[in-house]
Amino acid sequence: MNASRVDGVLVTLLLGVLILWFAPASMGRYGTYVLSLWIVTAVAVMGLNLTLGVAGLKSLAQAAFMGIGAYATALLTTKAGIGWFPAFMISGALCFVVGLFLGFPALRVKAHYLAFVTLAFSTLVWLVLRNEQWLTGGVFGLSNIPRPVIFGIKTDNALPFHRFVVVVTLALALILWWLLRSPWGRAFLALRENPVRAASLGINIRAYTLLAFAIGSAYAGFAGALYAPLVEFIDPSPFQLSASFFLLLMVVAGGSGYQLGPFVGALLGVVLPEWLRFTGGLYLIIFAGIVIALLIACPQGVLGLFERGWAAVKRRPMGANPPVKGAA
Amino acid sequence: MAEFIAYLIAGLATGAIYALAAIGFTLVWQTSQTINFAQGEFVMLPAILILAAVKLAGLPLWIAVILGIAAFILLFGWGFKLVIVDPMIRHGVLPLAIATMALSIIMKEGAKDGFTAEAQTFPSLVPQETVTFLGISISLQHIAIIVVACVAIGALQWFVTQTKTGRQMQASAQNPNVALILGIPVAQMVMLTFLINAALAALASILISPIYLAKFSNGEVIGLFAFIAAIVGGFNQVRGALAGGLIVGVIDSLAAAYISTSYRLAVPLVLLVVIILIKPEGLFGRKEERAV
Repeated sequence: MNASRVDGVLVTLLLGVLILWFAPASMGRYGTYVLSLWIVTAVAVMGLNLTLGVAGLKSLAQAAFMGIGAYATALLTTKAGIGWFPAFMISGALCFVVGLFLGFPALRVKAHYLAFVTLAFSTLVWLVLRNEQWLTGGVFGLSNIPRPVIFGIKTDNALPFHRFVVVVTLALALILWWLLRSPWGRAFLALRENPVRAASLGINIRAYTLLAFAIGSAYAGFAGALYAPLVEFIDPSPFQLSASFFLLLMVVAGGSGYQLGPFVGALLGVVLPEWLRFTGGLYLIIFAGIVIALLIACPQGVLGLFERGWAAVKRRPMGANPPVKGAA
Repeated sequence: MAEFIAYLIAGLATGAIYALAAIGFTLVWQTSQTINFAQGEFVMLPAILILAAVKLAGLPLWIAVILGIAAFILLFGWGFKLVIVDPMIRHGVLPLAIATMALSIIMKEGAKDGFTAEAQTFPSLVPQETVTFLGISISLQHIAIIVVACVAIGALQWFVTQTKTGRQMQASAQNPNVALILGIPVAQMVMLTFLINAALAALASILISPIYLAKFSNGEVIGLFAFIAAIVGGFNQVRGALAGGLIVGVIDSLAAAYISTSYRLAVPLVLLVVIILIKPEGLFGRKEERAV
């Protein structure tokens, strides 16, 4: 990852914010809602991208963490009467701590045990959300979740709330961007590329993998804190195990390890269904089919495909480079 | 006491079915390092295929059973290996695991959209009667399931340890390079494990569907139990998966009866976490060496 590429990420992020700030002007209420949902989902996928794409861990509980964040925010803002921002911070912190507790026993053994522990956790969270009616409202869920008031400006309407989501997401994306450029981020990358070598260089593998997983989970908590006021009503169903699978597929579809990958992946996962309305219920099958095809042809996802295409375009006019083995 | 034994037998019956799914899962893991996250859907689908052949094509049940199982083994044994595993394994284990998650979504949604979203009754192999023995009422169906599953697992164990092909299969799983040098057709042996996995899943499907009804979403719970069984028993041993399946089945049955029906699922999950904490290689597994 050289300097110019990282700046590319930054420029794209800032340009994207400009476009997303003004885009919903002509989209109506529902269009704006879908756009906001895309960005909120991208936050959860960003976290998972850190866990999977950067640290190379399979977490099957991202949707469950999102559920914890959403329920925490909903309960704190409705029943406890706390403002949105403290609720948002608490949601993220809660998921971070739970991530530490969950990751510690699993990562003590072997990385792929995390998949099974998170699988179990995901089901447990769902059971609690469904059965503890006194707290979570059971299958009836929680309703009337208020939207935040920022500097005296109400975000009750779709457009102001959308802009609010865009700003929060930019802040979260910038933190992650900074983190990956820091020595910590370099250590995360070293883990993925060669854990044994990273260990021999004195990096505490267990501590760093645990940290990557906990930060990734915290991002799901942040996403949940945005999701609850966006939909204004939550029940356990969007936080099931299959939703966690779906988020993992989005990471891979966008391009795991690419910093902009989550936005592309969430676009495919959230906005594509809207375009595929005419296929009825088949969009999930189409999406999963696209992911399998991508994994076979180009495991680096859509952004990897772009990068490969761009490299081919740049190479062709020169004509001097010898053909790379296996690139035909 | 009589009640306890009845729950125990019911637990052993469902446990035997989880064991079938878990054994297929560990076989595939051993030969190709594939973690199949669609294993639960592998158990869900054959029953749906059979019912679809009966209801949509109007075939008699026994033809539908034979055709359904054959089609399933062809598609999800041979086809799964050829279309998903082979092209993907060169990219590593992680993309393959994620591809099986995508496959699970396709199978689940396919069963829902292609057939029905409603739970369907599935005909039982034996009459649904109970016999009373020494004051304990036992369901004939549960006994039949335990017998069929034990015969299938015994036959598999005999095949793997006593026949030439079975031993070649084991050799391919333990050390593919040496097996290849010894002239063992490793690729065919790996394919064989995928076919066995599909056959075990189909058998599990036929045994479990009369109890749980055939529904597109059944795979979630069955898959979860198969994973738990495989880990509790030991990821790298057939006997481990068998023991794990029985343990998980019995615990689930007793938890539902004596602890709480709404949290019955939680008990095996807690067991899983405890096993990972204290004996991560499983109760009957052996430790895996770490390669540098």
